[in-house]
Amino acid sequence: MLLSDLITTLLLICSLPFFLAGTLGLLRFPDLYCRLHALTKADNLGLGLVVLALMIQADSWQVVIRLLLTWLLVLVAGATVAHLIARKAQQDGHQPWRR
Amino acid sequence: MEPALIFDLVLLLILIGLAWLLLASTDLFRAVVLFIAFGLLLALAWVRLGAPDVALAEAAIGAGITGALLLVGLGRLGSTERCRFSRAPLTFLQRLSAPVLVGVMIPSISLILLLEVHQLAGTTPGRQGLINAFLDVSGSGHGVTAVLLNFRAWDTLLEKGVLLLALITIWSLDQARPLFHQEDISPQLMGLARLLLPLVIVVAGFVLWQGDQAPGGAFQSGALLSAGILLAILVGYSLPQRWQGLSLRLLLAIGFGVFLLIAAATLLYSGYPLQYPEHLAGSLILLIELVATASIAALLAAAVVGGHPPDDLSTPAAKAPSTSGRR
Amino acid sequence: MNTVSLYAGSGIILFSLGLHALLIRRHLLRKILAANIMGSGVFMVFIAMGARGESGVADPVPQAMVLTGIVVSLCFTAVAIVLAVRINKLTGCTTLAVDEESSID
Repeated sequence: MLLSDLITTLLLICSLPFFLAGTLGLLRFPDLYCRLHALTKADNLGLGLVVLALMIQADSWQVVIRLLLTWLLVLVAGATVAHLIARKAQQDGHQPWRR
Repeated sequence: MEPALIFDLVLLLILIGLAWLLLASTDLFRAVVLFIAFGLLLALAWVRLGAPDVALAEAAIGAGITGALLLVGLGRLGSTERCRFSRAPLTFLQRLSAPVLVGVMIPSISLILLLEVHQLAGTTPGRQGLINAFLDVSGSGHGVTAVLLNFRAWDTLLEKGVLLLALITIWSLDQARPLFHQEDISPQLMGLARLLLPLVIVVAGFVLWQGDQAPGGAFQSGALLSAGILLAILVGYSLPQRWQGLSLRLLLAIGFGVFLLIAAATLLYSGYPLQYPEHLAGSLILLIELVATASIAALLAAAVVGGHPPDDLSTPAAKAPSTSGRR
Repeated sequence: MNTVSLYAGSGIILFSLGLHALLIRRHLLRKILAANIMGSGVFMVFIAMGARGESGVADPVPQAMVLTGIVVSLCFTAVAIVLAVRINKLTGCTTLAVDEESSID
């Protein structure tokens, strides 16, 4: 097994807990705002690790840049969509969860 | 069992489960959101089957634009089932027909189809070899583009016609209404649009150009552009009043029109419609794809807006800042 | 059991699920969704049949036909939604059923 393959595998394994945490948060957190918080933060970091793992496997630098741009685009779009959902929920009068 | 097959199995089970959930869901908004998820996972299935062109189109058109269409339609229809049947007394045969149809016919049709497909599933060479043999003279370096715009260009010509016809039907049935209430547009969405709109144009151009050698082409590029147009509409841009007349109609029809003209010209030149002269094939395909992309983008966006532009110039159809163009 | 028959079989299951929902669901938008699922099932059978060769790349002919099909099914969806909105405007219904006064016996 090549060193690059080993690093890729390690990065992919590292990304799994983030996705798991994000999904668990989405399923188990009490209100919409908490769920958005879990989903946007954890999954974006997990995706970053996956993109990093794929960059190591890429053949050319063009592919590396494309992967990086994809991740940045997902970050920006994800942040905006989360903001829009939260904003709409607030306008509709959803109260944040309190213990 | 090899890992790839397990992946396929899980993917297909999720797809079938999603289809069942979205068709059985009582909440229609939920059903539409599940449909978008279904479309995106379907794109993954196309990649697994070695069809990246279809995957791109499915993600952009099947999930994206259709999803937007369904959400707009849901907003106009409402999700409650008004006007249920007033149950007139049914005869015995009428009463029997529904369970027979649902419980017997559908399973037997599925079974027959499954058996047929299983018989077909043995390995055959397909048309790959034939297409590769003629790829040099087709004017395109990518098999799917060559099939779409040369070998089976008739299909694509008629499909452009269907798209135009669909929009004519839509325009004759309804007048365009604002997609949403434009009291407040989130500044962050505005920022995203300013960032994305130039990027969408660049990427659409890239996808169109790449279609000559690799997956991509007019459909995918047009779908991307129309998503850009819809984003622009969502942040309040609208087409200036003076462009809503003839110029908009020209833009919508030019893809089909140019394609039809080329078909007529080749009929006169070589005796068969759409049989391009060999040295011109590449340029003709590029020309068709360029105008088709512009038309597809406008047609798809207009289909989502749904309805012809308001005739009466005095009605304030566009309350939004209409100083800038479409995007 | 290979990849091709797995995908083709799933395509047929999707088609049947859609057909079932098309017949028994009442809300027009749900019928439109069902017809879209049926279409996706047909596309899946097509692409799976195109992937029979050993090369791992799908046959371009079914790919091109499905590309055309995706755009045509979008056209269908758009026209169907406008028709549904029209039905809703004229009758106040979101289903194909008639109301009690104008019941067709």
